[in-house]
Amino acid sequence: MQGLRKRYGEREILKGISFDVMPGQTMVLIGPSGSGKTTVLRCLNYLEAPDDGTIELMGEPIGGAHIGEPPRWTPLPEAQLALQRRKFGFVFQRFNLFPHLTAVQNVAIGPRKVLGLSREAAEARAAEQLARVSLAEHMHKRPSQLSGGQQQRVAIARALAMDPRLILFDEPTSALDPELVHEVLDVMGDLAREGMTMIVVTHEMGFARRVADKLIFMADGHIVEEGSPEAVFSAPREEKTRRFLAHVLHR
Amino acid sequence: MTIDWAVVEMAIPLLAVGTVMTLKIASLAALLGLAGGIALGLVSLGGWPWARWLVRAYVDFVRGTPLLIQIFIVFFGLPLMGWRLGEFWAGVIALSLNCAAYVAEIVRGTVGAVEKGQTEAARSIGMTQGKILLYILLPQSIRPMVPALTNDVITLLKNTSLLSVISVYELTRSGQAIIASHFAPLEIFALLAIYYYAIISVLSWISRVIERRLPAW
Repeated sequence: MQGLRKRYGEREILKGISFDVMPGQTMVLIGPSGSGKTTVLRCLNYLEAPDDGTIELMGEPIGGAHIGEPPRWTPLPEAQLALQRRKFGFVFQRFNLFPHLTAVQNVAIGPRKVLGLSREAAEARAAEQLARVSLAEHMHKRPSQLSGGQQQRVAIARALAMDPRLILFDEPTSALDPELVHEVLDVMGDLAREGMTMIVVTHEMGFARRVADKLIFMADGHIVEEGSPEAVFSAPREEKTRRFLAHVLHR
Repeated sequence: MTIDWAVVEMAIPLLAVGTVMTLKIASLAALLGLAGGIALGLVSLGGWPWARWLVRAYVDFVRGTPLLIQIFIVFFGLPLMGWRLGEFWAGVIALSLNCAAYVAEIVRGTVGAVEKGQTEAARSIGMTQGKILLYILLPQSIRPMVPALTNDVITLLKNTSLLSVISVYELTRSGQAIIASHFAPLEIFALLAIYYYAIISVLSWISRVIERRLPAW
């Protein structure tokens, strides 16, 4: 991601954000609310179109291409965007499961309707992913019959079933009761260990410290500080980072 | 004032014949109108701006003109375009076209009101707008749509009485024929009211059963 900018009306939310994530890495974004962390994720898979800057996934520009002579930035049509979007998994703060479908159907609908798998093949793949997040026995329940933690794990399985290149997590535990947070973080920790590439926006500092390969601290639409979690947590260079960490760690 | 019971007794089976015709027309037009209306409603939420604009114009036209005029336009217009379908099909088509516009508005309103996170989740697994509408948003909207759609079907059923002007022999027209030969307008119009009321009561009951049967999440 290079020089990403995004404004809503008068307010500039992202003021030039650049970073790289290597395959297999887990990058964690922290920062006060309103700092633009979520917008970064939403721009990455083009749920929001950035106003400026470029995103590349394994060398492929996302959301548009330089076409013509001289090359001009041309946004991709919706169908092309959809093709690119499925390379990014996205896990939402509020789960956003499809309430009319059972857990297994929630996970299978992508492979079935987007990848064109047969119903049997799609549901087999879904069952596999649900087992991976320890929900095999809840396959046929609807989201309303599942706890928040279980719903979020279904959402993770739904993302995994599309076989994404990386998964974006947008405060995946913020809407959960405190006692359910760990079951989601455990699944995410497992994924990181298995080599899934992940970008995680979270307020769970313990998770960030344990799992992140790289930590970014954002404030006011800028990256204030980045580095290994050890470095940022134990020896923050910036005053803003120090104040933020002091605040969240001593709650 | 005395009620002419002999006419009433004679009229009951005759009006039943008209009722069958009314039900036939109404069910055909409801089927076509619902199918067409759902399609138009989805198009108006879809990704083609020109198609959205066309649907908009169509809905505006239907809402902005009296049904009676629309019936005449279809009745006299179809033969000009080379379709000699007769008054029955002219009636069915006019009512379907009218119903579809109102259904399209209901679909647009209900499907468009599904929480935004659903669309985002569907986009995040690579679905395009058409698939999102069809597999994610529409199925969630069916139940909340039922009461409004029932209203439209009831209106449609009552509107069939306007087809009497193009001499479709439906319930109202069959009543008018009896009035013309026996001159008992009050008895017959009262009977007609009872017939319509009975049909619509059954419709409302069916709609409630459907609403209860449909799953809620």
